[in-house]
Amino acid sequence: MITSSVLILLGIGFTAAVILAVASKVLYVYEDPRIAQVESVLAGANCGGCGYPGCAGAAQGVVEGKAGATVCVIGGDTVAANVAAIMGLEFSSMEKQIAFIDCTGGVRAEDIYHYAGVKDCRAQNLLYSGSKMCPEGCLGYGTCVTACQFGAIEMGPNGYPVVDPNLCTACGGCEQVCPRGVITIWGMTARITHLNEVNDCLAPCRQKCPGEINIPRYIEQVSRGDYAGALETIRERIPMPLSIGRVCPHPCEGVCRRGHVDEPIGINMIKRFAADWEMNSGTRQPVSCAPDTGRKVAVVGGGPAGLSCAFFLRRLGHQPTIFESMPKLGGQLRYGIPEYRLPKAVLDWEIEGILDLGIDVEYNKYFGKDFSLNSLAEDGFEAVFLGIGAWMNLNLRIDNEDAEGVETGTEFLTKVGLGMETGIGKKVVVIGGGNTAIDAARTSVRLGADVTLMYRRTRDEMPANIEEIIAAEDETVRYLFLAAPTRIVTDDAGHVTHIEYIKMELGEPDASGRRRPVPIEGSETLIEADTVYTAIGQKPELSCLYDETGSCSLEETRWRTLGADPDTLVTALPHVFTGGDMHTGPALVITALGEGRKAARSIHQYLNEGAPHVPDNLQRELIDYTMFTHVPDVGLRKRPTMPHLIEYDERTCSFKEIEGALSAEDTKHETCRCLRCGLTCYNRDLPEGVDCDAGECLKNQ
Amino acid sequence: MDYFVLVIAAIFVNNIVLAQYLGNCPFIGTSKESSVAIGMGLAVVFVAAMAAVITWCVQKFLLAPNDLSYLQTITFILVIAALVQFVEMFLKKAVPPLYKSLGIFLPLITTNCAVLGIAIICQREEFTLFETLIFSVASGVGFMLALVVLASIRERLDLARVPIAMKGTPLGLIMAGLMSLAFFAFKGMAS
Ligand code: SF4
Ligand code: SF4
Repeated sequence: MITSSVLILLGIGFTAAVILAVASKVLYVYEDPRIAQVESVLAGANCGGCGYPGCAGAAQGVVEGKAGATVCVIGGDTVAANVAAIMGLEFSSMEKQIAFIDCTGGVRAEDIYHYAGVKDCRAQNLLYSGSKMCPEGCLGYGTCVTACQFGAIEMGPNGYPVVDPNLCTACGGCEQVCPRGVITIWGMTARITHLNEVNDCLAPCRQKCPGEINIPRYIEQVSRGDYAGALETIRERIPMPLSIGRVCPHPCEGVCRRGHVDEPIGINMIKRFAADWEMNSGTRQPVSCAPDTGRKVAVVGGGPAGLSCAFFLRRLGHQPTIFESMPKLGGQLRYGIPEYRLPKAVLDWEIEGILDLGIDVEYNKYFGKDFSLNSLAEDGFEAVFLGIGAWMNLNLRIDNEDAEGVETGTEFLTKVGLGMETGIGKKVVVIGGGNTAIDAARTSVRLGADVTLMYRRTRDEMPANIEEIIAAEDETVRYLFLAAPTRIVTDDAGHVTHIEYIKMELGEPDASGRRRPVPIEGSETLIEADTVYTAIGQKPELSCLYDETGSCSLEETRWRTLGADPDTLVTALPHVFTGGDMHTGPALVITALGEGRKAARSIHQYLNEGAPHVPDNLQRELIDYTMFTHVPDVGLRKRPTMPHLIEYDERTCSFKEIEGALSAEDTKHETCRCLRCGLTCYNRDLPEGVDCDAGECLKNQ
Repeated sequence: MDYFVLVIAAIFVNNIVLAQYLGNCPFIGTSKESSVAIGMGLAVVFVAAMAAVITWCVQKFLLAPNDLSYLQTITFILVIAALVQFVEMFLKKAVPPLYKSLGIFLPLITTNCAVLGIAIICQREEFTLFETLIFSVASGVGFMLALVVLASIRERLDLARVPIAMKGTPLGLIMAGLMSLAFFAFKGMAS
């Protein structure tokens, strides 16, 4: 009995051993010993934050090359360095990421469901899709707080989550449980490359800003006195807060929700205040850049679009070189915008800061003459950004247009910008109604001329900013509305003496919705002029794209601009990108800066992933349901006026900057006026008559 | 019809964890996330079926003829352990995706009393080979069902505000107890 038991058991054991031994030989699978080594140096928390099922999975991912040395989200630099040592990888410090909550809109407790049953965000989301009004915002039930293993999220005083950046490990736990996508794990790269999406927490001002700046956030930072933080927020979107703070016609203010209560927030004034604070402090705020990738990108054109593209490429770790045809950078900012609006010293300081990040520049280099797309490729540039602007002027198409004394507004402004002799006379007529026309007129006044501005429609239809129109009027520019030039009259020497114009009246509205001016027969009149500046529109000079044989691999649009995908800005050639006036035609500086960033984003994706891509829920138009006009429960507050640095009588003979920055006190007042809007929410909690102070703002964070 | 009753009985009435109290340790240990629970459940179905069939053969052709049925438990442990090892090696070589998806669950099952229990019950009930197969698969499914249900509840509980001392396993055990009570409602429907 015992013998047979022992024999049977030994027999079974032996058979199993033999089968397993044979199997282990036959079924042997090689396993990289580094997997175990890497696993042993990982944090060992098995938190899954890296996206792999535990540390063993992560180690396998590293060895298979699917993950980098920085795979472990909670290990920090030490763990990453150890992993890098085992794998023989180059290790550079990893990008700091933290959970970021954009949805901090105003007090809107009444919008949250108070359903007594299952109280967590996911249940609420499933049952009711959340708050009554905002389809995207935070539900405030704090599921993220319970999900965070590191205690980094708390419910703030208003019942919305607040992240402690020191405790956050960016493990992604909160991001996974939040049903509304309110929390995102952000690093610098993600922040720079993010495009506005319809389910982001977009205040109207943010929706309208062509640069997609997070306006409520920087206003809130300024309100707390965190000017450096505000600049960092702005510089995630545009590199030039000083210039934009001075020249932007602030389309954002046009849709500011506060405008329905009293007056819009002076958004740009606040930006200017923060930017001036940095310049006046004399120390530049540090701008972080990702570790060098060594990938070379050529940026053709050093105007706003080019500067912006180069700035963001550098911040994403690439190596841009700017090729500029002029002796200095800045494009229209330098050669189109007069000194009294944007002093060159300010522009220089700003550009110097951008170049200091490590951007190379080659001056006096013409695209199409000194270099071409092919030569750039030969020189090792993996991608090209074309942003040469729109410098070619449209013609009046009237007799004697090329007479002596007739010049385009941009040529004139460029001469002034370069400090050259302009040959301006005493009686100047400027033709056009846009900002260039106004700039030419106001500059002529400063050079001692008697200026008339001729425009074929009425003042209401002038495309220039209203502030500029009024300022020009104040500076003695005369307007001649409903008048179109028909002929330039010259003397025997071929120099202009008069302009003949025909009076117009407004007819039916045209395609643009504006009433079309129609000439009044027989109303031709002469006006005296010894200098004429025309500013009736510009377009890009695209001849540089054509080679000797007259062919071009890129496409033109029917508006004679460079054709490109509107979202990725990639042209007909996969490695060539464009942006700014060259792509849009003459537009705002902020539009060019915004396109520069978009292009940098696309180039970054092209270099890393082979092709740029965009999410399919991009915000393009103003989101309809967020544009309500009834904004109750907000007290009235006065908007401060921009102080003037010099008085009217002094203005007309000086190029000194006119507008100054708000005082710190006025800025604080202005930041308190901001309603900190979200998609549909806003701060209702400033009752009429209550004084606006910083404490109030803090409460509303 | 008999097979149908057998399946119902194995899954609901005599659920291997909730009625027989076998396999409690992996039940509590791997029921924190539904995805993990499904993985573990599938692995148990697979191994339980193979183990029951092989141990049935061992009992029928080796132990019973030699009158050594008292060696059943120790022999079955040996066989199951070896079997799991073998299956693991085989899957790793032949079906790597399946091996990866089963992951750490296969080795965990080596010492899983639910699997051993299923094999022994088959002998006690004197099932035929086919009945053994049906019963073992159904029992595995019963295990998986209990696991997935508990995991879903625990996922929800993780986000609830519960006293810290009760968080995790203690609450898991209480839930398991309540579930077991609930499963008692099936008692008498089949045996
Ligand atoms: S952030 Fe998301 S998870 Fe957190 S409270 Fe708001 S909706 Fe809930
Ligand atoms: S009130 Fe503030 S957040 Fe709201 S639209 Fe105006 S500037 Fe933007």
